Amino acid sequence: MVASKANIIAQLQKAILPLQGIKSIAGNQASPIDLGPINHAFPNGSFITGAVHEFFCNGPEDAASTGGFITGLLASLMKNNGAAIWISASRTIFPPALLSFGITPDKIIFIDCRNEKEILWTMEEALKCDGLSAVVGETQELGFTASRRLQLAVEQSRVTGFVIRLNPRNLSTACVTRWKITSLAAVLHNNMPGVGFPCWKVELLKVRNGKPGSWQVEWVNKRFKHAAKAGPMIAIPSNQKMKTG
Amino acid sequence: MSKRYISIWFRQLKTDWFIIRQPLLFNTAFVLSEASHGRMIITAASPAAQSEGIHTGLLVADARAISSSLQVFDDITDLPDKLLSRLAEWCIRFTPSVSIDLPDGLILDVTGCPHLWGGDGLYLEAIIKRLKERGYQVSAGMADTIGTSWAIARYAKESFTVESGKHTEALLPLPVASLRIETEIVDRLNKLGLRQTGQIIGMPRNVLKRRFGQSFIKRLYQAMGLEEETIYPVQPPEPYQERLPCLEPIVTATGIEIALQKLIETLCHRLQQEAKGLRVAKFKCYRVDGKMEMIETGTNRATHHAAHLFKLLEEKIATIEPGLGIELFVLDGLKIEDVVPFQEKLWKLDSGLADIQLSELLDRIESKMGAGRIHRYLPDEHYWPERSFKPASSLDETTTSNWKVENRRPLQLLAKPALIEVTAPVPDYPPMLFRYKGILHKIIKADGPERIEQEWWIQEGQHRDYYCVEDEKGCRYWLFRSGHYTSEKLYQWFIHGFFA
Repeated sequence: MVASKANIIAQLQKAILPLQGIKSIAGNQASPIDLGPINHAFPNGSFITGAVHEFFCNGPEDAASTGGFITGLLASLMKNNGAAIWISASRTIFPPALLSFGITPDKIIFIDCRNEKEILWTMEEALKCDGLSAVVGETQELGFTASRRLQLAVEQSRVTGFVIRLNPRNLSTACVTRWKITSLAAVLHNNMPGVGFPCWKVELLKVRNGKPGSWQVEWVNKRFKHAAKAGPMIAIPSNQKMKTG
Repeated sequence: MSKRYISIWFRQLKTDWFIIRQPLLFNTAFVLSEASHGRMIITAASPAAQSEGIHTGLLVADARAISSSLQVFDDITDLPDKLLSRLAEWCIRFTPSVSIDLPDGLILDVTGCPHLWGGDGLYLEAIIKRLKERGYQVSAGMADTIGTSWAIARYAKESFTVESGKHTEALLPLPVASLRIETEIVDRLNKLGLRQTGQIIGMPRNVLKRRFGQSFIKRLYQAMGLEEETIYPVQPPEPYQERLPCLEPIVTATGIEIALQKLIETLCHRLQQEAKGLRVAKFKCYRVDGKMEMIETGTNRATHHAAHLFKLLEEKIATIEPGLGIELFVLDGLKIEDVVPFQEKLWKLDSGLADIQLSELLDRIESKMGAGRIHRYLPDEHYWPERSFKPASSLDETTTSNWKVENRRPLQLLAKPALIEVTAPVPDYPPMLFRYKGILHKIIKADGPERIEQEWWIQEGQHRDYYCVEDEKGCRYWLFRSGHYTSEKLYQWFIHGFFA
């Protein structure tokens, strides 16, 4: 009896997911993005493509680490010769740097907009275009209606959208996930000198029908690598102690 | 297909224009005059003045003696040129190829146009009627050759059209002056008793050439259609052009949309058959009052997709002011390129930048937000960070140089390096701390230096020693010192970017 109840709930959940715009990938195809332990945070156990993801950041340091994490995701989405669009009002991305995240910089088309209205219009139009692999938009504000429009656009086209929000004020959006990526001190392997590989604290603040969490992720050899065990971060304080000492 | 030409003669071009500008002058005797060798000579006389016996070439003083109420105006030197080019532009509504025939005429290449107005006669009548409505007294002739039409316009009793192939017969009764030859030769012919063209046409070529020269033979043969004659249109017709004349002037947006759609469809159909595509299109609307409204659009990749082109131009229809109505729509394909046929793939693979939907999306963005908003970058052979990439001009452009991978580059680069305060040990150690925007960053780890020299052939200046540093919070920065450490303190520290 109990088992059947759980069964029914599981089936209902499965039926609800597509209605919310989260489609499981058909057949035996795996999700193009493998995030290791972070995969378990998502419904169906894989990163949600064909949805809009939202990233919060404060300050240029955060913008750089968020950009790095997103470009890492883009690299997997674009690996079949795909193209992506990057929309922003004040562009600071340095194209040659994209190469270290596995993207050929000339596959990205940058669009400069003057204001948020233009950004949102361009983003919606771009998300409707299913010839693209992904669309990245930098905007401060994203209202609920606007984010709902973006979500409806991707449900048709199955393009993955990323919204980078610098110093956001409005928190209620229709995006599937909300992330916050901050820089962490790099973990040095074998006492090597220098700065080391990019290392981020990846916080999944909100995920529809999934389990939010926090992880420490490194970017090594053009792929994500888990610097520490999945789960709440313990590594930072010890790291900082080392520095102050 | 034989050519058809119309020659229009403005009998009173200059005085008509004065009457149009000052309607009070209608039916009054007035002349235009010009100073020549200290005397005022009449250069044009109004019909009323002519009926009193005043003609071109007469002195103003003499003319005043003939008619006491005569008004005299100063002639404007390049007036005929200006007027005729304006009229030629206006005549583009009848045919795309119109040329000026100084001093007082226009020549229209109307090959293939008359049937749109219901035949040769109706076409010519329409042109004459419209010009008369504008206030010009004209006579015109239509024939297979420029020479014949010119002769008919000026020397026939009334304007008429010559049937195709009958132009030589039409020339026979006309005076020899109708052959566009110098007055000297006309006088000589008249002296010999040759007054009508019919009398010369049968004569052997070498006889005529010996007596009257090569230019005479040329004019004669051009009129008979034995020798080619070309005209120079005021607006060279575009090879890819579609026209849509309207029976009634169009004033509504819906009307313009329908016209635009029709033109795009015909043009795209033609382009498709020739495997060509459009890069720049211009949609022109000729208004009843002689003004022209125009919208323009460009595409990122040559296309003959009618629906897409329509969408691009449709957004700009609102900027067209129809005024009293538009009577002619013209769609010009200004830049035409070959279309690479896009092969549909059986299995879905990302086509990347070659995707048609993508280029259509970019066209839409560009037409909405204006040019210069879309950028794509290619590697450039420079180590200097700001010059290490260059904008690509099109989606297909590639380059032989590769992106450089050997050195770490920051994901976020400041447009202009910002000055920072730094504590750094000499000679070449990375800084220990730096202050940027008032916040103190303590440096824990560092990589570097990586020296990048100025490219002296482009810009003079100091080299940069770059360091990649990590502060106590784990944020990574790209700092550089510009110049060597010197006692004069000429060096400065800057922050240039943020690493991911």
